[in-house]
Amino acid sequence: MEALRGVSLTVQNGEFIAIMGQNGAGKTTLVKHFNGLLKPTKGEVLIDGVSTREMSVASLARKVGFVFQNPDHQLFCETVEEEVAYALRNFGFKERDIKRRVTWALNLLGLTQYRQTSPFMLSGGERKRVALASVLAWNPKVVILDEPTIGQDYQQKEKLRQFIVQLNAQGKTVIIVTHDVEFVAECNPRVVLMAQGKIVAEGGAKQVLTNRDLVAQASIVPPQITQIFLGLKDLELPTDVIDVYEAMRVLMDFLEASS
Amino acid sequence: MSVFDGLRFRRVSSPVHRLDPRAKFFYVCVFFVIAVLFNKLLPLILLFFVQIPFVVLAGVQREWVRSMRGASLFAAFIFLFNFVFTYFYTEYPRLPSPSLLEYSLAMTLRFLVLVESFSMFFLTTSPDHLGLALEQSRVPYEFCFAFTTAVRFVPVLAEEAQTIMDAQKARGLELERGGFMKRVRNYIPILIPLIVSAIRRSLELAEAMESRAWGASEKRTNLYVLKMKKADYALALISVLMLALAVYAWLYLPIPSITVFLPS
Repeated sequence: MEALRGVSLTVQNGEFIAIMGQNGAGKTTLVKHFNGLLKPTKGEVLIDGVSTREMSVASLARKVGFVFQNPDHQLFCETVEEEVAYALRNFGFKERDIKRRVTWALNLLGLTQYRQTSPFMLSGGERKRVALASVLAWNPKVVILDEPTIGQDYQQKEKLRQFIVQLNAQGKTVIIVTHDVEFVAECNPRVVLMAQGKIVAEGGAKQVLTNRDLVAQASIVPPQITQIFLGLKDLELPTDVIDVYEAMRVLMDFLEASS
Repeated sequence: MSVFDGLRFRRVSSPVHRLDPRAKFFYVCVFFVIAVLFNKLLPLILLFFVQIPFVVLAGVQREWVRSMRGASLFAAFIFLFNFVFTYFYTEYPRLPSPSLLEYSLAMTLRFLVLVESFSMFFLTTSPDHLGLALEQSRVPYEFCFAFTTAVRFVPVLAEEAQTIMDAQKARGLELERGGFMKRVRNYIPILIPLIVSAIRRSLELAEAMESRAWGASEKRTNLYVLKMKKADYALALISVLMLALAVYAWLYLPIPSITVFLPS
């Protein structure tokens, strides 16, 4: 079965990208090519100039960390500490380094108090964070997050957003796969829209998500803020607004000018 | 997973698919009995090829070939074990003795015949019909339901195993690395999440069923009722005749061993 067709995409070092599209558009299939879980039947995927065909998943994973959608698909250890250390052992880190990195990763995601807890005793959101910690622990250059916002409440989403932005600011390449439009609007990354195995559009979040026809192709709707502005077109307000704070400023200016 | 591919039902319509599962099951049982009855190569070869017209009639050649290929590894083992152990523990004279070879081949073929007929049955019988057949055979509904559910969740579980494997590979797991014990241990990170999620899913399924009033009515009725048609009676009759013929041959006919046809 052909899942992707004519996909050409370049991701720069340190970029922040959101891959969006409806279910079955090929988002996850595409990112599984980035760490060699899937190899292209035609064409090439190059990571740092090396084709994924020539490298094993394990050696690619060292560079490209992949956090799967469902943490229950990877948790199996008796303690959170062991879970985070698992990948480090696979990559052959020294015992002392493992300890240091585990402490660092747990601290980063606020999981220190669960160090000796079984991952199966944690809540859904916490399990998701353990999965994230277990990948970040080996400090990969690229981090791929598959549907990071599913099953998270608003506060956790906000924390996650800040965390992702922070990771990106530290120079990591971050790729998220999602159809959470509001989340993407707040993150403001480069957006790659997919539909039926093809990339239908790519560009800044502001440019792509405010284009009603484009997002309709990928079966998503523009963010709520954009919908308001699209509805207020008659007032000659700008229609390419996705950010809440920007929206407030524009509206305040407009109200002041008209009063 | 290739062995299970041969058991995966695909919804198509063919004369064989439309047969009553009870008649088909009877046919499979007859094959089972006949295959166990004979330990000579000739009748087993016959049994193997007799089934091929059914496979073609059902249009499941590709799946059938796949299940045969999946079974071939086990078949090789069976051949090897029979060959080696019969040589050491019986009075067969020399290692490459044709009769020993024939016996081992016959045992292997017996296995293949069994796989063939069972895969034939599962390939052409939908899980729903199977459950229905069980129910109409007065098996308690709880058991029928458990059975059909189990069958239906096999592909789901296979898919989940694949995802888990991917997730662990992304964390540096290399399944093919290390010695034998290490390789076995490599599967722990896959088995634990798989089992945990299967248990979790079964609990969720139980809750979902109860919230839809499972077991509320004592006497269930079915939308579809299986009914034996002419073709089903014909298949049952053919099966009975085959069985009778086989038993007769087994009792009264000398079965030539394949060595007879070899130049001495």
